[in-house]
Amino acid sequence: MWKRDESPKPATPAPAPAPAPTQAHTPAVPVSGGDFRRETGRDNVNIGKSVFIKGELSGSEDLTIEGHVEGRIELKENTLTIGPNGKIRAEVFAKSVIVLGEVTGNVTASEKVDIRDNGSVDGDVTAPRVAIAEGAHFRGAIDMQRAGQGTKPKAAAAPAPAPAAAAPTPAPAPAPVKAGA
Amino acid sequence: MAGGLNDLFSRLGGRRPDGSGAPTASAIPTNGDPVYPTKALPKFLATMAAKPSPALLDLGPVVGGNVSFFGEELGCHIRVEDVMADIERHTAAGTLDQLPAFFRTRFKSEPGTVDGILCWDVFDYLEKEAAASLATALTRLLGSEGALLGFFSTATDPGRAHYTKYIVVDQGNLRYRAYSGTRVRQRSLQNRDIIKLFESLRVSDSFLMKTNMREIIFRKPAYLAGL
Repeated sequence: MWKRDESPKPATPAPAPAPAPTQAHTPAVPVSGGDFRRETGRDNVNIGKSVFIKGELSGSEDLTIEGHVEGRIELKENTLTIGPNGKIRAEVFAKSVIVLGEVTGNVTASEKVDIRDNGSVDGDVTAPRVAIAEGAHFRGAIDMQRAGQGTKPKAAAAPAPAPAAAAPTPAPAPAPVKAGA
Repeated sequence: MAGGLNDLFSRLGGRRPDGSGAPTASAIPTNGDPVYPTKALPKFLATMAAKPSPALLDLGPVVGGNVSFFGEELGCHIRVEDVMADIERHTAAGTLDQLPAFFRTRFKSEPGTVDGILCWDVFDYLEKEAAASLATALTRLLGSEGALLGFFSTATDPGRAHYTKYIVVDQGNLRYRAYSGTRVRQRSLQNRDIIKLFESLRVSDSFLMKTNMREIIFRKPAYLAGL
């Protein structure tokens, strides 16, 4: 039952650690300036503390931002993490957004927005699931649509911009909060 | 094997530390904050559930659990406007006399666009004039048949200088979490004073709880929707 795996080993040696990125490598996230670093073994791009980006940032990999970004960030199929040093002044669109730093601007996620302790969001949040930790700062409105309700026209409420409608398929219905005493 | 272990654990300890094992009061995590029943909240939720994608205004501090709760229960649009922070700021600056004027322009939403307002106990901390100004502003925000939930302490002792976060445990229970502040509760409002504050609204439900808290739901009559 607990036998060691004795399956025949490949003749070739185990692959070496992922090679360091070369100059020829094309970044999946086009950045308008500054440097970027691809973490080995993970599909995650990290924008460092000293980087300042102004403009539109889009891509198809998970992204962690520790620097400053102004403009628009779009990672529709991926997770965006704003690190503790990250300062964002932008419209953000992603599958999931985790905020540990500062965001000024509207945040739209097709799955979840998670504002962690000491994270700060000054803007409107649109996502099927939103978590705000104790100690997080939030100022704005939150739009959480129930599954299947995303494109339903609102009856009488204020006409809020509904970028969620343009987002990909909504996440599965969140588990209902337990009810009854 | 793993399935068997899981089964065994589930039989031995149905309650998980996060309280999701059983929705009974005893399963509520106890971290020092008292949990009290609420009767108005389920009524308020029922009112909101009747509307598709209701717009909710929360006047308390941001509570992540509440945002998740209301969002997931109602699929609503929530705006959090921390009026308690405004009161605290004006208290610290010694500008409480400016609160009535401040409230007149405090809310940016269009009149008649809010379906529900969670006032919690904000009015307990306001002087008469500021309370009237805030009540007028909130009444204007409410849409037709919109609901406003307010808590009003009936305790004779004004109490200590602190505020309370009302954290939704479930539809019938709230956790009262005190947090520091410099403003003490003002004198308790009599029932008639409360009704007078919201004279253009009708009282839909009123409960006097054992905690000396009066929980009231006001509704905006349809004929006042445009006002």
